[in-house]
Amino acid sequence: MNMINNYEMVIGLEVHCELGTKTKIFCGCPTTFGAQPNTQCCPVCMGMPGTLPVLNEQVVEYAIKAGMATNCTIARCSKQDRKNYFYPDLPKAYQISQYDLPLCENGWLEIESENGTKKIGITRIHIEEDAGKLIHNDRYGTMVDCNRCGVPLIEIVSEPDIRSAEEAVAYFKKLRSIILYTGISDCKMQEGSMRCDINLSVRKKGTKEFGTRTEMKNLNSFTFIQKAIEYEYARQVYEIENGGVIVQETMRFDQASGKTFSMRKKEDANDYRYFPDPDLAPIVMSEDKLNKLKDSIPTLPDERKKAYIENYGITSYDAELITSEMSVADYFESAAKNTKYPKLLANIVISEIIKLADGENGAIAIEPLHLAQIADMQGSGEINSSVAKKVIKALWDNDEDACEYVKKNNLGQINDENVLNSLINEAIERNPKSVQDYKKGKVAAAKAIMGQVMGATKGRGNPLLIERLLNEALEALK
Amino acid sequence: MSIEIDVNNVANLAKLSLTDEEKAVMKSELGAIIGFADKLAEIDTSGVDITAHIVPITNVLRADEVTNQPDRDGLLANAPTKADGYMTVPRTFE
Amino acid sequence: MNITELSLAELSEKLHGKELSSVEATKAYFEKINAVDGEIGAYIRLTESVALQQAENADKILAEGKGTALTGVPYGIKDNICTKGSITSCASKMLENFNPPYDAFVTTKMNAENAVMLGKMNMDEFAMGSTTENSAFKVTKNPYDITRVPGGSSGGSAAAVAAKEAVFTLGSDTGGSIRQPAAFCGVVGLKPTYGTVSRNGLVAFASSLDQIGPVARNVEDAAVVLNSIAGHDSLDSTSVNRIYGDFTAEMKNGVKGMKAALPKEYFGEGINPEVRAAVINAANEFEKMGVEIQEVSIPAMEYALPAYYVISSCEASSNLARFDGVRYGYRAENYADMDELYKKTRSEGFGKEVKRRIMLGSFALSAGYYDAYYKKALQVRTLIINGFNSIFENNDFIISPVAPTVAYKIGEKTASPVEMYLGDIYTVPVNIAGLPAISMPCGADKDGMPIGMQLIGKAFSESTLIRAGWAFENR
Repeated sequence: MNMINNYEMVIGLEVHCELGTKTKIFCGCPTTFGAQPNTQCCPVCMGMPGTLPVLNEQVVEYAIKAGMATNCTIARCSKQDRKNYFYPDLPKAYQISQYDLPLCENGWLEIESENGTKKIGITRIHIEEDAGKLIHNDRYGTMVDCNRCGVPLIEIVSEPDIRSAEEAVAYFKKLRSIILYTGISDCKMQEGSMRCDINLSVRKKGTKEFGTRTEMKNLNSFTFIQKAIEYEYARQVYEIENGGVIVQETMRFDQASGKTFSMRKKEDANDYRYFPDPDLAPIVMSEDKLNKLKDSIPTLPDERKKAYIENYGITSYDAELITSEMSVADYFESAAKNTKYPKLLANIVISEIIKLADGENGAIAIEPLHLAQIADMQGSGEINSSVAKKVIKALWDNDEDACEYVKKNNLGQINDENVLNSLINEAIERNPKSVQDYKKGKVAAAKAIMGQVMGATKGRGNPLLIERLLNEALEALK
Repeated sequence: MSIEIDVNNVANLAKLSLTDEEKAVMKSELGAIIGFADKLAEIDTSGVDITAHIVPITNVLRADEVTNQPDRDGLLANAPTKADGYMTVPRTFE
Repeated sequence: MNITELSLAELSEKLHGKELSSVEATKAYFEKINAVDGEIGAYIRLTESVALQQAENADKILAEGKGTALTGVPYGIKDNICTKGSITSCASKMLENFNPPYDAFVTTKMNAENAVMLGKMNMDEFAMGSTTENSAFKVTKNPYDITRVPGGSSGGSAAAVAAKEAVFTLGSDTGGSIRQPAAFCGVVGLKPTYGTVSRNGLVAFASSLDQIGPVARNVEDAAVVLNSIAGHDSLDSTSVNRIYGDFTAEMKNGVKGMKAALPKEYFGEGINPEVRAAVINAANEFEKMGVEIQEVSIPAMEYALPAYYVISSCEASSNLARFDGVRYGYRAENYADMDELYKKTRSEGFGKEVKRRIMLGSFALSAGYYDAYYKKALQVRTLIINGFNSIFENNDFIISPVAPTVAYKIGEKTASPVEMYLGDIYTVPVNIAGLPAISMPCGADKDGMPIGMQLIGKAFSESTLIRAGWAFENR
């Protein structure tokens, strides 16, 4: 998107990520998605009188892993605070969150933008509990489901370092990818386990002061994030250019129209009256514990990307694609060890495997070793690229040794010039019109003949060789 | 320290609605209590840490295991209004 | 045999000795309640069918020669402690019909020992008050003089023990709510060290101050009940995990050679001369028994009361926010939208004192005031803890009055909240520091109204207090 009148956009993202723990943050209720309303609650998460919270150990560990994976400093001493406000989806009328001593601070991650690699700062990561779900209904009014109350969240707050919608999406994608690698969340945006709030303000390029920002909440798709930013940016610029003033408020993004609307709630800005929660003990982290957690984090995407580029000569773009899903990266690494053609393997993974795996929820049906064999065969010319595709499809349905399969099905590439020439001559005889067209200068006519030759070889012909021999034959006829 | 307590603002934060008469009484009573609490300002606490938790325990954590069974009927038994397994309230605008 | 005259220890002996059945004892208590509670009003609600069922079960266990010190013993429990299947109202319109689907930790303990629950005790609404006059449902009278208050907020708990309408009761203490009514009613009340008794199922007033404790006829009875309710609870993150032992183990060891302190600040202005005389006299009695008494000073003590009102109101304003008419409890009848639902529900459901404290707490936590009030109070707390700690370096316990006066007339203090709050001056520092304290009778005034004294110990020294209290009782 182009800048309007030299106004740059200044964006900070607050990402809420549901942790994939078995139970809620303060009680032993399950966290599975999609249960019948109010069947995954208890007196604690429903805020009944006399109940008390007890912190889930796994939540702390997961949050710290998220911090470690984003280069944050982990607090050796941390606490939880009450954020007080009234809303029907908040049973205790306060949310237990973290105010001034969050678990993680001062991290960053790298994104690829139009201008190259850029670092986006992460101010903090803290733990908090999710609120329930409200369903608005003409008959009953608003219906309250407490299943989601108490589901553990981490809130990841970025520095306002983002300067375009593309950067925002790149940041969100990268963050998601890193979190998936740590295994702490399934980041399923459609299920709401990862959501994004956008804080956006504008200012003339070159100014140091920040403009007034608005907040758009709970965007859960890359497309909507992009659209919402573009619309809100333009809205703010036009507002200012026309002598208006930006009000600090929450905006609602309307998916259908692609526009943002002021929510203009009855209440003014909430005074949350934060204070340390007296029901919960402080969290103290030992070096030993932190080291153990650090060891449990797998090699992250950026590090792997670097390794692929250095060791296998793959492009940055391709490496980014392969590392976006850890299962794909792990798979690629297994296969790459066993082939002489890792760059070709990468192409195959990107063009064929990722698509197929998508349909199977990420499961890759072909053993890495077998894919390595395919890469070797294609790279050495033993099979051509379209045969390779066929083999992949076949092995996807029924995995077996790729070399065996090629041999069994006689799929080896035909490189014998004599064989090819005889087929070419047959095709030329069968297509006098195409030959005439070719003689007249229509180079494309050769393609039709080529197609027939390939058909005659049952797809096994070496396409480059056929092309050369065919051109030679046709030229000889001129 | 004599503070003008904004009773309207505080009542709104606390979600209480007071009649004008109640507001006047509340303002004077709160004023007296705050005046009493202002005594705290007399004592020097520079360099003194806060005690947010009397008991010096840390890291009270539980294992990530499911311990609760569904009990929707029991949990909703005290709900003032409910329908289809939900508690109901007037239409709230998002 | 007059069953209701028996102490816990005596009754338990007879139950185990099969001289008496729990059903008989339970019926005797209901008869007593019928006879006197119409006037005294200690009970907010009786649980007769539950009690009789429990008594029958207890008798089965006793018949097998099994059971504990509490098996078959009839007791009352303050109405802010959750009892599954029985209404738990906190003496508030807000929870008038609230029937919790869970038991408090202490309720579970009582049930595990097959004690017999006679009913729920009247209290100041949400435990906010010092006279039980703030109950939304009834006023409890002091059994010594029914024109006077029993104290609060556990007024029902104390009055019932004094009037022998229960063998013992459980109360809760946030700023003196067990100790002061015990003193006003001439019985024994014990507030354990913070973290000793689980708060799980106690409807929270001030989370960092609340503790459940026994109200009983004598020190030994209180110690026996404490044995049952003390203990670590993994569902309460403020519950201290340690070995609690038998609180009666050292009870009869005597006090010779112990050291006790009289804090100067506790005997200053404002204390009724008869109360002062009775407590000083008690100190002299201790001296006769071989205790070395010395005067000490806790300078920060002056700030304990304002710190208490700030801390407790701030925490209460947050703890009571959940009462919003959505998931349980009272909901106003007419409302146009959510905001009105909240405001009407809370304004109609809560009484005056509760609203006052919620307003105070919300104000003190609000933007711009947090540092001056809540944070400051938490710093003062540190100073008070330090002050007590230095006294306990050289002393085994502290002797002090419980309240500046004896029980006063019903209606006397309702006009001025600050004046009412001043009555908490001796009990409140104990909660702020999380210390244990026992309140027990040490005399009476010229009208025969009971005067209580308070023994305060360092953290987890209940055994010492029980030892000192028993020695005094049996001197």
